Amino acid sequence: MGLTNKSTGLSLINDNFEVIKFSNNEKIITLAGNPNVGKSTVFNELTGLNQHTGNWPGKTVENAKGFYKYNDNNFILVDIPGTYSLISSSLEEEVARDFICFGNSDTIIIVTDATCLERNLNLVLQVLEVTKKVVVCVNLVDEAKKRKIKIDFDKLSNILGVPVIATSARSRKGLDKLVKSVNDVSFGVVKNKGYEIKYSDIIESEVKKLTNILDSLIKKDINTKFISIKLLDMDDTFHDSLNQFLGFDLMENEEVKNVINDIKNNLEQYDIKNYLFRDEIVSSIIQECEKIYSECVVLENKKYNEKDRKIDKILTSKITGIPIMIILFAFLFWLTITGANYPSEILSKFLFWIQDKLILGLNFLHFPDWLTNVLVMGIYRTLAWVISVMLPPMAIFFPLFTLMEDSGFLPRIAFNLDKFFKKAKAHGKQSLTMIMGIGCNACGVVGCRIIDSPRERLIATLTNSFMPCNGRYPTLIAIITMFFSGVVVSGITSSILSTILLTLIILLAVIMTLFISKLLSKTLLKGIPSSFSLELPPYRKPQIGKVLIRSILDRTLFVLGRAIVIAAPAGLIIWCMANINIYGSSILSYCTNFLDPFGELIGLDGTIIMAFILGFPANEIVIPIIIMSYMATGNIVDLSDLNMLRDLLVNNGWTITTAICMMLFCVFHFPCGTTCLTIKKETGSLKWTVLAFLLPTLIGIILCFLVSSISKLLFM
Amino acid sequence: MENLNKVPIGKKCIVKDLTSSKKERRRMLDLGIVKNTNIEVLYKSPVGDPIAYFIRGAVIALRSEDASKILVDIID
Ligand SMILES: Nc1nc2c(ncn2[C@@H]2O[C@H](COP(=O)(O)OP(=O)(O)OP(=O)(O)O)[C@@H](O)[C@H]2O)c(=O)[nH]1
Ligand SMILES: [Mg+2]
Repeated sequence: MGLTNKSTGLSLINDNFEVIKFSNNEKIITLAGNPNVGKSTVFNELTGLNQHTGNWPGKTVENAKGFYKYNDNNFILVDIPGTYSLISSSLEEEVARDFICFGNSDTIIIVTDATCLERNLNLVLQVLEVTKKVVVCVNLVDEAKKRKIKIDFDKLSNILGVPVIATSARSRKGLDKLVKSVNDVSFGVVKNKGYEIKYSDIIESEVKKLTNILDSLIKKDINTKFISIKLLDMDDTFHDSLNQFLGFDLMENEEVKNVINDIKNNLEQYDIKNYLFRDEIVSSIIQECEKIYSECVVLENKKYNEKDRKIDKILTSKITGIPIMIILFAFLFWLTITGANYPSEILSKFLFWIQDKLILGLNFLHFPDWLTNVLVMGIYRTLAWVISVMLPPMAIFFPLFTLMEDSGFLPRIAFNLDKFFKKAKAHGKQSLTMIMGIGCNACGVVGCRIIDSPRERLIATLTNSFMPCNGRYPTLIAIITMFFSGVVVSGITSSILSTILLTLIILLAVIMTLFISKLLSKTLLKGIPSSFSLELPPYRKPQIGKVLIRSILDRTLFVLGRAIVIAAPAGLIIWCMANINIYGSSILSYCTNFLDPFGELIGLDGTIIMAFILGFPANEIVIPIIIMSYMATGNIVDLSDLNMLRDLLVNNGWTITTAICMMLFCVFHFPCGTTCLTIKKETGSLKWTVLAFLLPTLIGIILCFLVSSISKLLFM
Repeated sequence: MENLNKVPIGKKCIVKDLTSSKKERRRMLDLGIVKNTNIEVLYKSPVGDPIAYFIRGAVIALRSEDASKILVDIID
C-alpha cells in the first residue's frame, strides 16, 4: 500500500505474455493462486523485496518480478494478482489467467489456503489442465493447525501428481522445501505425473474431436484439450489472448469452425446448451475437488471459525456495525494527531537549529549572500517545513493504516457500506478503492482494477481523489489544530476535537463520493450496478513489529526522497519568484496579485491558489509553499511552531472562513500529478483524465464559494 | 425451491438451480456455486443488504439481486 518506487515500476512482460529474461539459464517461476492466500508474502520472503500484502482479496493488481538463487541456479519469481479460476471475470484476473496459460514460466507455484482448500483446489485442477510443471504450496498451515484442520499432504501430492509443500510463509516455514521442489521441477529432476480432469463421457468424446484437429494446427507447446474446452466455452477475452499467443485465429480455420458447430449440435441433443457447457465443465471440476478434499482433509473441530463469526456479528451488526467503523477510523486519526505532535516539534526545533548553523557555516565559507539565501531560505527551509510538518503524521498514519489492512477489517467495511454504493449505482468494492485512496490516490486508482465492470470502475476512478490521501492529512490536521481545536482548548480535549473535525471532513468526502457517483450514474455513465461478490477473509493478527518497522522505514524514506525531489526545486522557484523584481515588484507578487481576485471569490487568496498549483506534483508541499510565500513578503524570519505559524497566517488575512475553505479545497481539488498520470494510464483516455481533474476542482470551487459567500453575508 | 436472498439467517440450504446468465453466472461458478452446493446463511450487513454466506469454506457476501438468482432448498 502506498506509492513507492517499486509499485509504480515498469510493466515486465511483453505483448506475448513473456517475462523478459536476462540470460538463458534463468528459470521463470510464477506465483498463482486464489486471492489473499499469501502469494505476495511468499514472493517477499523469497526475493527479499517488499510487495505490498494485505488481508483482503485483490491486494495485488499488477505483476511484480523478483529474483532469488537456489544452489547457484537463478530464478525469476513473478507475483501475479489472485484469481479464483481460469474463467476469469475481472481485468486483474485476466492478467493472471493469460500469464498462467500463455506465459513462459518454467514452473507455476500454486499457492493455496490451507483453511479453505476445497475452493482453492478448483484453481489447482484448472491449472493442472494447462501444465504439469506445477508445485502446489499449501500456505497458512499455521492457521489451519489452530483451527484443527488436518491435511494429508502426501496423499494430496499423490492424487494431484505434483509436489505439495506445506508452508507458513509469514514465518518462512516450509519455504526451503518449496524452493527445492521448484528447482527440481524446473530442471526436470522430478517429472510430474500431473492430473487429468475427467469430464462426463459425452463431453470427453466430443472434446476429443476438436483436440485431434488442434493437435495438428498448434505447433506451440500448450495443452490442446484445454484449448478445445476453452474454444467451446466461447470465452471472448480468452479467445483474444489465444490469438495473440498463437499469432493466428483458430476460429478462422474452416475445419475448426465446422467441428465446433458439429460438437455444439451434438451436445445440444444431450441438453447441454451453450451456457450449460461451462456449467458442466465447472461442475465436473468442482465434484473432483470435493472428492479430493474429502480424501485429504479432516476437520477435527467443525466449528473452527466460530471466533470469526462472533467478531463479524459485532462488526457488521445493525446497531454497532457502522458506528464501530467510524470510531475505529477516528481512533486512527486521534493516534496520528497526538502521536505526530511531539516528533513534529522536535524535528522543527532541530531543523531550524541546523538552519542557523548552516547560515553561519556558509558565511564562514564566504558564500555570496544571495547564494546562501537561495540555498538556506529557499531550498533548505522548504525541505525543513515538509519534513517537520508533513512527515510525522504521514509516518504515523501509514503504519496504523497498514495494520488495519492486515487485520481483515477492510472487506467488512465494504460489506457494511455496500448498500449505499448500490443506491449510488456504484460497485461495492469502490469503498475498498477509496480506503486505498486514503493511503495514496494513485494506488487507489490502480486498485480500481478489482472492479470488473468498466462503468463502475470509471466511477471509482473519477471520484477516488475525493478521499484525502496521506499527503493531505497533515495539511488538514495542521489547519484544524491552528484554527479550531488548538484555539479553543488545549491538551487531550484539543486532540479529541481535532479528531472529530477530521472525521467529519472524511465523512463529507464519503458522502460527496456517493453523491457524485450517483450523479455520474445518472448522466455520463448511465447504467445499472453489476453483480459482485465479496469475500470476507478470516481475521488475522497483524505482524505489528514487522509492519511498523517496514512501513515507517519505507514510508519515511520515500517521503524524504520525494520531499527532496519536489520540495527542493519548489523552494528554489518560490525564492526566485519572491526575489526577482520586475518594475519594482517581485514575480511572486505579480502572480499572487493576479490570482487574488479568484482566490478571494472562493474564500482563499492568491497565494493559496498558487500553492495548490505548485503543489500539483505533490500535495505535501502546499502548506510549505504558503508559508514560504508569506514569509518572503513579510519579515518574520523565525518560525518554529504552529502558534507562530498561525500568527503568520492571520497576519496575512486568514480567518476561520479561510481555514474552512482551505480544508475544503484541500479535500476537493485536482488530483496530484502522479494520480493524474495513473488515471491516464488506467483509463487510457485523456477525456476521462481531464474529467477526473475538473470534477473535484469544480466541486471544491463551488463549495468554497458557497462557504465564503455565506460567511460574507453573516459577517457583513 | 426458494431464492437464496429470502432464506432466513442461520439456515442451511442446498443449491438447486442458477438463473443468472453470462458474467454473473461465471462469477457464481468461480466461487464454486453449482448445483448441489451447500450454503449457510451467516449474517446481514447493517442496512440489510448484502448478506454473507458460507460457501465451500469461505465467507462470501452477495447482493440480494445476485442471491435471488440462486434457487435453493432449505435443509435445516
Ligand atoms: N498467519 C499467516 N498469515 C499469512 C501467511 N502468509 C500470508 N499471511 C497473511 O495473509 C494475508 C494475505 O497475504 P498476501 O501475500 O497479500 O496475499 P496475496 O495472495 O498476495 O493476495 P492478493 O494479492 O490479494 O491476491 C496477509 O495479511 C499476510 O500477512 C502465513 O503463512 N500465516
Ligand atoms: Mg498479492
